[in-house]
Amino acid sequence: MEGPVPPRDTLGAPRVPGTGPFEHEEVGPATVRLAGFGFRHASRRAWAVQDVDLRIEPGERVLLTGASGSGKSTLLRALGGLLEPESGDATGELSVDGAAPDRRRQRVGVVFQDPDAQLVMTRAGDDVAFGLENTGTPPELIWPAVDTALDAVGFGLGRDHATAALSGGQKQRLVLAGALAPRPGLLLLDEPTAQLDPDGAALVRAAVARAVADRSATLVVVDHDVESWLPLVDRVVELLPHGGTVEHPPGWRPAPLRVPVRWVHPPGEVLLAGEAAGFTHRGGARPALAPTDVALRAGRTLAVTGPNGTGKSTLALLLAGLRAPTTGRVVAAATVTAGLRRPERPPHRWPAAELATRIGTVFQQPEHQFLTGRVRDELALGPLRSGAGAAQARATAEELLERLGLAALADANPFTLSGGQQRRLSVATALATSPRVLVLDEPTFGQDRETWAELVALLAEQQDGDRALCLVTHDAAVVTALADDVCTLGAPVPG
Amino acid sequence: MSAPLSLGPARPVPLSAVNPVAQLSAVLVVTCVLLISGDLVTPGVLLAAELALLPAAGLSRPGDVLRRTWPLLLSALGVAWVNVAFGSLDGAEAWVSGATWALRVVALALPGILLVASTDPVRLADALTLHWRVSTRFAYGSLAALRLVPLLAAEWETIRLARRARGVDGGRNPVAHVRLLASTAFALLVGAIRRGSRLATAMDARGFDSGVTRTNARGSRLQPLDRCFVVGAVVLCAAAVTASVLSGAWSPVFS
Repeated sequence: MEGPVPPRDTLGAPRVPGTGPFEHEEVGPATVRLAGFGFRHASRRAWAVQDVDLRIEPGERVLLTGASGSGKSTLLRALGGLLEPESGDATGELSVDGAAPDRRRQRVGVVFQDPDAQLVMTRAGDDVAFGLENTGTPPELIWPAVDTALDAVGFGLGRDHATAALSGGQKQRLVLAGALAPRPGLLLLDEPTAQLDPDGAALVRAAVARAVADRSATLVVVDHDVESWLPLVDRVVELLPHGGTVEHPPGWRPAPLRVPVRWVHPPGEVLLAGEAAGFTHRGGARPALAPTDVALRAGRTLAVTGPNGTGKSTLALLLAGLRAPTTGRVVAAATVTAGLRRPERPPHRWPAAELATRIGTVFQQPEHQFLTGRVRDELALGPLRSGAGAAQARATAEELLERLGLAALADANPFTLSGGQQRRLSVATALATSPRVLVLDEPTFGQDRETWAELVALLAEQQDGDRALCLVTHDAAVVTALADDVCTLGAPVPG
Repeated sequence: MSAPLSLGPARPVPLSAVNPVAQLSAVLVVTCVLLISGDLVTPGVLLAAELALLPAAGLSRPGDVLRRTWPLLLSALGVAWVNVAFGSLDGAEAWVSGATWALRVVALALPGILLVASTDPVRLADALTLHWRVSTRFAYGSLAALRLVPLLAAEWETIRLARRARGVDGGRNPVAHVRLLASTAFALLVGAIRRGSRLATAMDARGFDSGVTRTNARGSRLQPLDRCFVVGAVVLCAAAVTASVLSGAWSPVFS
């Protein structure tokens, strides 16, 4: 390994890491001021953020919360100076250390949701160094700063660890180290745990707690998951959907989740079963899913849980007839296979149109499943593909629009809906073909409380005596609210 | 999900000691000579030297070599076959012409394979920006984008399965298969663009390309070895051409 060598061409005047070339050099935690601040994206009629008045003192830790669509992320981008002036209209005042945020970019560190859309380099240390290189930090000062930042977040794997080989939580911890390395006065976190499993999320929150323990940076977290951040923050500020904010008093806790009352059915016949069903990726050293026995019964809801890497999602794909098990088999009951041209075949060999009317699947990312440009067409698509007439398909679509409260959005483009609306639509599209079995992969993942309650109520309605539900989830609250039976997948099979 | 495609740091091999820009310069020299030469001797000599470098690039097991080169070997065979089957020459001359072409194709492409096998992508970007003044925006932007490529493979599979779950597949109709492929590719593209723009925002937030002159934490050093490597490539090419001229085989393409 070569030691760090100054590059030939660029050595500016030596500077302390984290101080910018803009204006006078500020150090220490930043002050944030917002007065009557609002922002409207170009081409939108409604304001994304409106009437926000907020003073954040140096070293304070603030949680900005609010339902999805309340403009939390827009506000965070504004604080980071990341909203281009031409991307919309701003009103009111917004300052970081008394200047416009785009003049304070080097005082601000930002962590976004998706770790894979934030890492640049192939090695952990190089990635943390990236921000320091960008600010023109002399090479001899970079590596000590990198080590300090890696230590601050508790990343113990070393500088040379490949970034591609990290888990989601570890990646996000590395992203945090990269944001901290230039010693920002303001640290902005935009739902940093939304794409992580509970273990990864806990890892990241612990890293944040450790990094801001000395109050050397002002912290602003944007998240709809209030409870997890309460121990760490000083203040909770909620953005209201139609503008303005409300600050919750110390000791405030969010209202408990609304859990629907539901009817528990006696176990009916087994509609779909995995018999020692397992899966190994081609060329994979160890199975993605160890052989598993599982039965989905009519009128019952089975929750599949377990730590990451045990193959929960893989099991969902096998049961959904989307992947062929490499060991064991998936068997459907005669009442499910009735009407198939080749009923003796396993579900993964059924034609798609016949699969959709028997086993419905809702994927983690609703957008993967959308195929048309209108909500109404989206709902009619499944019935049309599986042989219903145009009139019948239209009627099914209209009925679902009414039932799921999507009627006002019938002509909207599915891709423009909010996260919660998309999730409801994706469940509705699976229901449109009235399958006997419904498989859902992490249906409540990353949803705000309102959407969570809506979804759980919607799923509770589907638990009639005829249908079997399978929920793959990390969300313990969903298991409590909906599941009759729980299948916990064990620890990964050692290599 | 699927790991084998991931873009990671390259395992250091003996050839990695040569700076990527020195390797690129050598590749350039060899390429020029091969493009000019039209005989069998010049690519033969150069190919022998390239094959001798394979172990230094960590490709000593025949299996590894084959895994990296099979598309190349296949296309070389294709080129040779086209020449033998459809060329204007007959008999032994046709075979010589085919062999010449195949040899040239392999000798031209093998340096690239050696470079990829021995060069860490980050070190390549460092060397290009520091020594050849390639724009940092281009070099590190490409690097960041390359990291996203393996994710596309997993995404493709998910979109395909999600469509089957919606009741959409090609069935037995080849036209439907093509249309499905096109629409899946479009969905993948839309997703890639969205992720790419999120990546650009994140890099922006980290001060990338903000007008400040960028420093480099790793540096990239040019050593005597690098000069030797380039000089070696030039000497080798001279030797190959000399051997070709002396043996009477030399026939440059534009004569």
